Amino acid sequence: MSDQFMHTSAETDVHAMGEMHEHPTWKEYKWVALILTIITAAEVWVYYTSLQNSPIFVPLLLFMSVVKFAIVVLFYMHLKYDHKLFKALFTGPLIIAMCTLIALLFLFGKFSGR
Amino acid sequence: MTSAVASHAHPPTSTGLDHRKIAIWAFIGSECMLFASLISTYLIYKGRSVVGPFPHTACNPPLCAVPLKPILNIPVTSFSTFVLLMSSLAMVLALAAVENRGKPGYEGILGSSKLWLLVTIILGTTFLGCQAYEFTSFVHEGLTIRTNLFGSSFFTLTGFHGAHVTAGVLWLITLLAIDMKRGLEPKDALLVDISALYWHFVDVVWIAIFTLVYLIK
Repeated sequence: MSDQFMHTSAETDVHAMGEMHEHPTWKEYKWVALILTIITAAEVWVYYTSLQNSPIFVPLLLFMSVVKFAIVVLFYMHLKYDHKLFKALFTGPLIIAMCTLIALLFLFGKFSGR
Repeated sequence: MTSAVASHAHPPTSTGLDHRKIAIWAFIGSECMLFASLISTYLIYKGRSVVGPFPHTACNPPLCAVPLKPILNIPVTSFSTFVLLMSSLAMVLALAAVENRGKPGYEGILGSSKLWLLVTIILGTTFLGCQAYEFTSFVHEGLTIRTNLFGSSFFTLTGFHGAHVTAGVLWLITLLAIDMKRGLEPKDALLVDISALYWHFVDVVWIAIFTLVYLIK
């Protein structure tokens, strides 16, 4: 497959799809897949090492998970290239969901050691 | 004015965007809140089961009738996570193949949307097979949805996710059937794009579940 930039076809209804820029190339998709695989391998490696008893274990896993989440959303879901309305429709509920999750964990004492 | 308007053009909207794509993003936004509630429930109940089996620790009498190992199978789940990530790669390649049909570099088998849709379906089905294996082994080891708080919240969360993957696989099968019957053209890219967004969302939810449920003790 060509490594040239994948310009969206003239027949593709790009305006209806809300795309502001061209999608990543085949080469970029391969790199994204490789990075996701490496991060997943690192997560599993951390799980089996002595790091699991370290105070950085949970923050490290959460950080790697957030990076993977962001990579998939930005590159595979094309949110990096999409219309701002789509970004708002996704990030708005996501922020509400995260705030609700954290609030519930506080409410049920998950951070107080009870 | 001469009618040079393509037959596939969507009717004008106030945003200039296709309503179907706005709808799928709004749906994905609502799904974020659904899965956040399920993950919250799992995390709140985590470590509060009074009888085993437990996810990350062994269970010995009297909490369990017989000694039990930690029940989560990290190697199998790591493999299924990798499979789901690769299915997302296959899905973006299917979308690229539809968008660029007939263009130079997309004539061969690697530029075939049928191939990449089929690969995505196979990988999605493999993920479901891993989940079925996991659920079956848990039941054989004595963990059901009624055993303890961990079992209830775990099966509910991962079961909901599995149901979403199943719906995604069925959706992709219908797309593949259309592709086999008449061929997906660049004008159909939006249909593939919408299903791809759903599929990637299922993937990102699993990224969160894998870390929060399986890896963090």
